[in-house]
Amino acid sequence: MLRYIIRRLVQMIPLLIGVSIIVFLLGHLAPGDPVRLLLGEEATEEDVARLNAIYGFDQPLPVQYLRWFTRAITGDLGVSIRQTMPVRALIFERLGATLELAIFSVVIAVLLGIPVGVFAATRRGSLWDYVSMIVSLIGVSMPGFWLGLVLLSYVALHVPWLPMFGRDASVFQGLWVLLTQFRADVFLTGLRHILLPATALGVSMMAIIARLTRSSLLEVLGKDYIRTAQAKGLKYSMVVLKHGLRNALLPVITIVGIQFGAMLGGAVVTETVFAWPGVGRLVVNAISQRDFPLVQGGVLMMAVVFTFVNLLVDISYALVNPRIRYE
Amino acid sequence: MKYLLRSKSAVTGLILIGILIIVAILAEVIAPHDPYRMDIWNSYLAPEGFSGKYILGTDDMGRDVLSRILVGSRVSLLVAATATGVSLVLGVILGAVAGYVGGAVDAFIMRVMDLILAFPSILLAIAIVATVGPGVVNAMFAIAIVRIPAMVRVTRSMVLALKEEEFVMAGQALGLSDVRILFRHILINCFAPILVVASLNMGTAITVEATLSFLGLGAQPPVISWGRMLALGREAIRTAPHMTLYPGLAIVFTVLGFNLLGDGLRDIGDPQLRGR
Repeated sequence: MLRYIIRRLVQMIPLLIGVSIIVFLLGHLAPGDPVRLLLGEEATEEDVARLNAIYGFDQPLPVQYLRWFTRAITGDLGVSIRQTMPVRALIFERLGATLELAIFSVVIAVLLGIPVGVFAATRRGSLWDYVSMIVSLIGVSMPGFWLGLVLLSYVALHVPWLPMFGRDASVFQGLWVLLTQFRADVFLTGLRHILLPATALGVSMMAIIARLTRSSLLEVLGKDYIRTAQAKGLKYSMVVLKHGLRNALLPVITIVGIQFGAMLGGAVVTETVFAWPGVGRLVVNAISQRDFPLVQGGVLMMAVVFTFVNLLVDISYALVNPRIRYE
Repeated sequence: MKYLLRSKSAVTGLILIGILIIVAILAEVIAPHDPYRMDIWNSYLAPEGFSGKYILGTDDMGRDVLSRILVGSRVSLLVAATATGVSLVLGVILGAVAGYVGGAVDAFIMRVMDLILAFPSILLAIAIVATVGPGVVNAMFAIAIVRIPAMVRVTRSMVLALKEEEFVMAGQALGLSDVRILFRHILINCFAPILVVASLNMGTAITVEATLSFLGLGAQPPVISWGRMLALGREAIRTAPHMTLYPGLAIVFTVLGFNLLGDGLRDIGDPQLRGR
């Protein structure tokens, strides 16, 4: 197992180098001279040339990339043009909020999606089956940010308990306070704020999970060992949960991992809709302000997190399924 | 074709897409109002239903929401279709070459695809458009790029399986060129799975286009697009929720149509699922 993990980590190195090249080029190909942007309209040619030399913009492209890369690898992502703060600090301030939103959405999606799938599968062909599958198909087809807008205008506006924007408190931190100090206030504040954005972000994943759980469970329920378990006289609900669902969940786990990455992407827009203080909103704002070091840093950070999440998914899958390790 | 008509989801999808294409073509004829005409005294008007003048209400400038949705279907479909077409052509060529030639060429193409997949796809599309500048054409380009890997993967795996078949060996024995074998004989047999991916890609492309336009990176005014309508609706979320509700529903039904078609095509292609 350890060898598998090491091999996967080594394979990640060229991928991450490639990612860094793309991110560097994205920042570089952007129109507009950052130095002129920084100095303003009345800067003289000498000023521009001097600052270009300071930033190293007069060097050939590969040299610039190497300098940028060696700094990025030590965690120095440059300074935001508009906020005159280190890009790294700006990103790390907000990374927690983005991860919290994505993880909470996954939790909602799993907690609701699996029961719906089981419910539909065990009532196959019934009206409930059709309704839940049609609803989940619509859920898959729905842009999360639009659902967010609809939730804002048709739910948050009418339910005073649910705020429209912002975060105020971390829900996971609140959970910690609840468990250690038996105070629920922080948790409830966090929960009120995260509920709607997490729903908007999680609905498509929930729908995917429901559909997959249903089809996977239907396949398992047709197996011989299910008939054996029933023949033994076990209760049907027992058979479904202990023998059926357990074996049907493997593909569901895989898709949860794959979809987690899509959550990070979706979070970019959902955060903008709900004014959620995460990396996604930071990047979108940076784009509209043409703050390219910040865009570069944000995109790089998201890609790195995404790559590590994929690695974790692969490793956990290899833990469950030993055959993969030897491929 | 016989199976296609037997799949309920494929038929439903085709009907939805058909309606949409007709709407896009006839948009200006069936639109009850000029989508650009402003009626400031009647701005933010709530939907009046079929008895009123503005069936789905008006926007911030008093423009008819229904007419704008109808005309907006053009940009959505055009961008998604072009992007899907480009990703289809490039993806099939790259995937076919990777699968047929193998070796270093295969490794190189697949590593580049891994690189594209190393980014969350919406984020990559946003980053590309942010770099090359906003606009319809750049949005198409960005969507096409992020959708290529899915196409490459499916084509490559089909070609890998098919190139061991006897009819390929027969072609080689006859002295046909590799290009001819690949494009005339192998790819013909990959048609079905490629079509499934293309259909699902269309759905994703519509969503990504709406996202880019919502963020102000796609279609620019005065071009009407569903994503831009949502962005305008967001500004008026307290007073005129209908401005976000209806354009969004249009997106949902469009994406639903392509997803239904894709699902149906996949079920048909998989004989195990046939008749379920």
